Amino acid sequence: MKAALLLALALLAPQDPQDPQEDARRSGFETMSPALQAMQRDDATNPAWLWVENGRALWRERGCVRCHGEAEQSMRGVAARYPAWDGRLQRPLTLAQRIQHEGPVLAADSEELLSLAAYVGLQSRGLPIAPPADVRLDPHRKRGRALFEKRVGQLNLSCAQCHDQRAGEKLGGALIPQAHPTGYPLYRLEWQSLGSLTRRLRNCTAGVRAEPFDDSALVDLELYLMERAAGMKIDTPAVRP
Amino acid sequence: MARTLITVPASARRGELIEIRCLIAHPMETGYRRGDDGLLLPRNLIRRFRCYVGDELVFEAELFAAVAANPLLSFWLRAEASGTLRFVWEGDQNFAQTEHAALNVTP
Repeated sequence: MKAALLLALALLAPQDPQDPQEDARRSGFETMSPALQAMQRDDATNPAWLWVENGRALWRERGCVRCHGEAEQSMRGVAARYPAWDGRLQRPLTLAQRIQHEGPVLAADSEELLSLAAYVGLQSRGLPIAPPADVRLDPHRKRGRALFEKRVGQLNLSCAQCHDQRAGEKLGGALIPQAHPTGYPLYRLEWQSLGSLTRRLRNCTAGVRAEPFDDSALVDLELYLMERAAGMKIDTPAVRP
Repeated sequence: MARTLITVPASARRGELIEIRCLIAHPMETGYRRGDDGLLLPRNLIRRFRCYVGDELVFEAELFAAVAANPLLSFWLRAEASGTLRFVWEGDQNFAQTEHAALNVTP
């Protein structure tokens, strides 16, 4: 009886107002099914690992190791702070673009580049995304945000309309994620292969039937997305539905 | 050579059931899809997977067009004696891949 009374009192007590500091952001990992989460957690079943092993071999074959040494030490945390400003080109570069022009040039989204990006990305697994505080990047982030909120395409939709306003709801049978780029390059079951964030963004522009964004717009968008996901943990190489 | 990831427990007691996992990089092209040029992409499937302990066939699988790219096969074996596990994938376009792994069985 006493216990029931206490329970009733507990139910009547006003709920704690939601802590404004509490993070409402959820990565794609947190919102996907437990079966897929298990697949990603176990390196022996995560198909992205095929590319990681490839990247590990390429790290030596392409001679990255000669300057950078062992990636486990030198590349730790690198993926968490890209895109970053490139002094030589005077523009921001994504991690893939940075790798692309080291040594013989690799084609964008080629197997070799994806493999190296996955291998370098793995060295930041579990670290929080830490966008650099570089004022030269600010105008690019601003433009990225504007692109994120701009309606585009025949469907006249912006990224924000789905991924800010309707995240958690359904598009067809699929859950709309909050679009935090924590796990790229990642293995998407729909693609049956590893893919870059750039590919994912091209997918979205095709989905709303818009003209594809050009390279500089894609970098700016990535800059904004990384800032939006600052502090969330990297889970490269991820698996997504 | 395709890349493979094989998981075998480091050691097992005699009579223990152990899980073996084999992941292989392969496009598993069905032969029904068309490429960007509009032409049919030739069928390229792994047709058969076999696992041997020594010379004894202990697991066999037939694969078809509905199997995903980079197929993961997982199965259980009863550990009887130490030896070498041999994994063989065969498929279209003369695809053939063989991998080995050690099986350590303690009494």
